[in-house]
Amino acid sequence: MKPFEYIVEVHGPAVFRYLTGRVGPDRAEDCFQETMLAALKGYDEVREPKAVRSWLFTIATRKSIDVYRRAGRQPVPDGTIEETSDRPGSARPGDGDIWSVVGQLPEKQALAIELRYRAELSHREVGQVMEISESAARRNVFEGLKRLRDGAGSWT
Amino acid sequence: MSKNGTKELEAELKAGGGTVPDDWNRIRGDFTERAAKKGLVDVAYEIHETPYGPLVVAATRAGLVRVALSVENEDLVLEGLAQRISGRILKSDRPQITKARTQLDQYFDGKRKKFRLKIDWQLTNGFRREVLAATSAIPYGETSSYTEVAVEAGSPKAVRAAGSALATNPLPIVVPCHRVLKSDGQVGSYLGGSSMKRELLEMERARVSA
Repeated sequence: MKPFEYIVEVHGPAVFRYLTGRVGPDRAEDCFQETMLAALKGYDEVREPKAVRSWLFTIATRKSIDVYRRAGRQPVPDGTIEETSDRPGSARPGDGDIWSVVGQLPEKQALAIELRYRAELSHREVGQVMEISESAARRNVFEGLKRLRDGAGSWT
Repeated sequence: MSKNGTKELEAELKAGGGTVPDDWNRIRGDFTERAAKKGLVDVAYEIHETPYGPLVVAATRAGLVRVALSVENEDLVLEGLAQRISGRILKSDRPQITKARTQLDQYFDGKRKKFRLKIDWQLTNGFRREVLAATSAIPYGETSSYTEVAVEAGSPKAVRAAGSALATNPLPIVVPCHRVLKSDGQVGSYLGGSSMKRELLEMERARVSA
């Protein structure tokens, strides 16, 4: 097992980038601190060194959802196709970049794309965080990309 | 209406990857501070510069647990601590570490003859622990032999085991294994190299006779 200092060094910046996308820059830092403290607290229970990264992003994902719960907003239940920005995700009005369009994807696809490209996880790890199979993770990323490519939203 | 190919799309999504937040050092520092305040750090360590290169100085809540000379690979030292004590290791300060660093500086300046530190002995036990205790009793500026240390530790015949206990001393300098020589008076081996051992002994002798 690596010392936790190494986990912070190697994975910390990616967790921070991922959370900035999930909860926005204003709330990213608190959410990051909560994520890392929770991870440190539970670190000695991690048995499989190879699973550390997906475990860490599972905590980050949970904490990002908590941020929205606390704000009195319910995240969209899994699987519903609802276009809303009142949920953890990349929808930030006025962003103008592709991530604001990602935020308009069905939540599972948006999450899969965030985990794949912002957190830079493998499909296998995306599946572990989302508690779905690797092939289901692959499908969500693919479907999301397809929608983006076919012009979901208004970016050009 | 396809405006972007998948490749371009992926490139756009990947942009900004690998970047580190502008104020990352502050964010990281805040985390370490909070973790320490919450009592979540099982092993704290700092890297301490000395005339013999950087040392790893690590402490648990119980006390100083490990000093590693610069020849030991820092990553391996820390992984060893993660394996044997706990993975909850952060580079952070702790009173025992500050104290140890001050005393190490004084020692290398020739201004300290005895370390007064709380020690966590958990990385050693049994006969090895006895050997280190016997070694700790060798006064500044003096030397002993592997045989004598084995006798002091209660097993006159275990000279080789005494040698191996000293070779794996988790607290070099603080537990002065450099004061143990071969029975024929030759300086013998030292993890930090024989020349470091010789220099430390010369410094100590010079201070004692001064």
